[in-house]
Amino acid sequence: MQKLINHTGVLENNWTLVEEIQTELPSGNILVPAPYWLENREALTKRGNVGIWLTSDIELAPFLGLISELPVIAINFPAFANGRGYSLARLVKERSDFKGELRAFGDVLLDQLFFMKRCGFDTYLLKDGLSEQKALDFFATFSDPYQLANDLTDPLFRRKHTAV
Amino acid sequence: MYKYDDYDQRIVDERVAQFKGQTERYLAGELSEEQFLPLRLQNGLYVQRYAPMLRVAVPYGLMSSQQVRKLAHIARTYDKGYAHISTRTNVQFNWPELADVPAILAELAEVQMHAIQTSGNCIRNTTTDQFAGVVPDELVDPRPYCEIIRQWSTFHPEFAFLPRKFKIAVNSHTKEDRVATLLHDIGLKIVHNQEGELGFQVYVGGGLGRTPIVASLVKEFLAEKDLLTYLDAVLRVYNLNGRRDNKYKARIKILVKALGVEAFANLVDEEWQHLKDGPGTLTSEELERIKSHFTAPAYENLSGDDSALQAQMADNKAFSNWYQRNINQHKVSGYAIVTLTLKKIGTPPGDLTDKQLDIVADLADRYSLGEVRSTHEQNLVLADVKKSELFDLWQEAKAAGFATPNLGMITDMICCPGGDFCALANAKSLPVAEALQEKFDNLDYLYDLGEIDLNISGCMNACGHHHIGHIGILGVDKKGAEFYQISLGGQSGPEASIGKILGPSFARDEMPNIIGKILAVFVELRIEGERFIDTYGRIGQSPFKERVYAKAN
Repeated sequence: MQKLINHTGVLENNWTLVEEIQTELPSGNILVPAPYWLENREALTKRGNVGIWLTSDIELAPFLGLISELPVIAINFPAFANGRGYSLARLVKERSDFKGELRAFGDVLLDQLFFMKRCGFDTYLLKDGLSEQKALDFFATFSDPYQLANDLTDPLFRRKHTAV
Repeated sequence: MYKYDDYDQRIVDERVAQFKGQTERYLAGELSEEQFLPLRLQNGLYVQRYAPMLRVAVPYGLMSSQQVRKLAHIARTYDKGYAHISTRTNVQFNWPELADVPAILAELAEVQMHAIQTSGNCIRNTTTDQFAGVVPDELVDPRPYCEIIRQWSTFHPEFAFLPRKFKIAVNSHTKEDRVATLLHDIGLKIVHNQEGELGFQVYVGGGLGRTPIVASLVKEFLAEKDLLTYLDAVLRVYNLNGRRDNKYKARIKILVKALGVEAFANLVDEEWQHLKDGPGTLTSEELERIKSHFTAPAYENLSGDDSALQAQMADNKAFSNWYQRNINQHKVSGYAIVTLTLKKIGTPPGDLTDKQLDIVADLADRYSLGEVRSTHEQNLVLADVKKSELFDLWQEAKAAGFATPNLGMITDMICCPGGDFCALANAKSLPVAEALQEKFDNLDYLYDLGEIDLNISGCMNACGHHHIGHIGILGVDKKGAEFYQISLGGQSGPEASIGKILGPSFARDEMPNIIGKILAVFVELRIEGERFIDTYGRIGQSPFKERVYAKAN
C-alpha cells in the first residue's frame, strides 16, 4: 500500500489516478492525463473534482496559462534518476497561477525528498514499501542550503545578511 | 584560499551524516544496488575492478598543506599508501573499503574537504588555471567565481539528476588557456566589455568522450552579477531538453548541436529573462566577501637580482634543466611558480605516495605560503616560491622524486588509470605510458623535441583527454585484444581542436616504435622554432601517415 505524505505527516489519498482513459471515467476525485484534460477542458471543468497528471517528458508551455483553478497537479517520476520533474515542478509553481497541491508520484524514494520539497512539491506518493515515518526525516537533510528555490526565495548569500 | 564559514561547514557536516545513513541503509539491504548507485556516485564512490574508488573534490585544484597532510593520512590509513591526481584536479583513492567511506568523509570534513558531486549526472568540480592569481597577463583572479559556482552547484535541488554529467571551467588569462575551457559543458572566459565592465564570454557544449566537440559561443558578454541566474537558465534548458533515452547522446553538446547554437542561445535567453535581476543576482557584498578570500598574500619586496640563481644554474646542469622546464614566471618580482611533476618513469602519471604527500605539504609550508595546487595535467604546483630558494627546493623535490624536468615534454603525459584499475576501460593505459617514458628518457632528445602534449585514454570516455593531445592514444578492444589508436593534431589551448585519427590501431608493444616514427617525421620536416603541433598544422597528416604505415621492404 503506497503512503501519501506531506512535509509533516501522513495523509489520506483521496485522488484516483487515471493512467489511461477508458470509456468511462471513475467517480470521485480523479487525476487525468494532462493532454486528455487539455482536449476536454470544458466538460471536465463541468464535471468537477478533476486534477491532472504530467508525464516526465511533457511539453509544459501549452498548460501554464490554463492551470490556475486546478486543485491538484501530479508529476510522474518514471525513474528516480530522471530529474526532469524537478524543473517541471518549479515551472508549474513559479510560471503559472496554480495554487493547488503539487504531488510527486512514481519512483519516489527517500533520498530525493529533500530536493523535491525544495522544487515546490507539496505531497508525495511514496513508492510501495517505504516507511512514511522514516520518510518525514528526509525533508530536513540540510538546514541551510546555498540556493534559492521554490521553498526559499533568497539564496544563502542574501539570507545570511538578513539573519540576525 | 577560501575558508569555510559556519554555513559551509554545516552543509559538509550534514553531508557526512547523510552519506553515513545511505551507506548503512545500503549495507542493511534497505537500498537496492540500483538505488544506491547514483547516491554513491554523487559522492565520488565508484565500484571498480578490485575495490571501490573514492574521488575527493579539490575545488579548482587548490589545497592547503593541512589538507594535503589529511590526504596523506587517508592514503596511509584507509588505502595502500598512495593517491592519484585526476584530470579534473581531484584526488582519487583506489583501495578504500566501502564501510570505511563515511569515516573518511568525516575526516575530510575536519579540514573543509568532501567528495560531493565528484561523479554522477550532476554539476562536477569547477576547474581553472593552475596558475590563477600568480601568473602575469591575467585579467582578474578567476578563483572567486569558481567558489561562487561551487556553492551554487552544491546540492542544487533542481539539477541533482541531470541527463548526464556537467562540467564547468573558468579562464581569466588574456593569452593562454591552461583549462581546456572550450572542451567543457560550459566554458567561461572572463573578459572586459567595451565599457570596461567585467563579465564573461559564455561557451556551451564542448566536451570529449565519444563525440568530442569544441564549445560554441552562446553569450558574447554576461555581466559579473548575472553569473548565477544565467547558469540557472542554461542548466534548466538542458534539464528540460537534454536527451534521456541514450546516455551517449545525453550531454549538453548533443543538444546544442541538435538545436543549433542560435536556437539554443535563444531558448536560454528566453528562460533567463525570467530569472535576470531576480534574487539570484549576485550582490556586491557577496562578490566582495568571496574575493576577500583570494587577496594577494604579503609578498616580500625582493630585488630582481638573479645573479645567484644564474650562478647556481651555470654550476649545475640538472638544476638548470629543471629551472628551464618546470618554472613559470610569477607576476611578482623575485618569486617563481614551480611545477612538481608526477611523471617519473615507473610511476603511473599522477600517482604519489602518502610520504610524498607529506613532503609536498612540508615543502609548501617552508617554500610556498602553505598552499598546493593540482593540475589537470596531473602535476602539483607550488605557486609562490622565492627565486632565491629554488635551488634548495629543487634538491628536496628531487630527493622525493618529483623534480623530473619534463614539464610540457612528451613524457609529461596525461593518462587515465585504464584497464589496470578502471572497470570501464577497453585497454590498459599505464603500461603504454611507462613504455613511452622508458623509450624517451634522453633529456637532450626531449628538449630538442620541445613541447608535445601526449595524452592516453583507456577507452572512449576519454578521461585521459586523448582527443586534445597533440598526439592522442586511445585504447580499443579488437576481438578481445587490446589495441591502440593514434590521433594527431588535437590541442586544448585558445585554438582548441580535436585530433584526427591517423589510421588502423596498433598492438601495445608496437607503440614506442610507432611514436618514434611520428617524432622522426616531425624532426625531419620542422622549421626552426616550430613545435610539433605547428609542424603538424603546416604539413598535415599525410607525411606522418605515410611513414607509420609504410610497408617494410
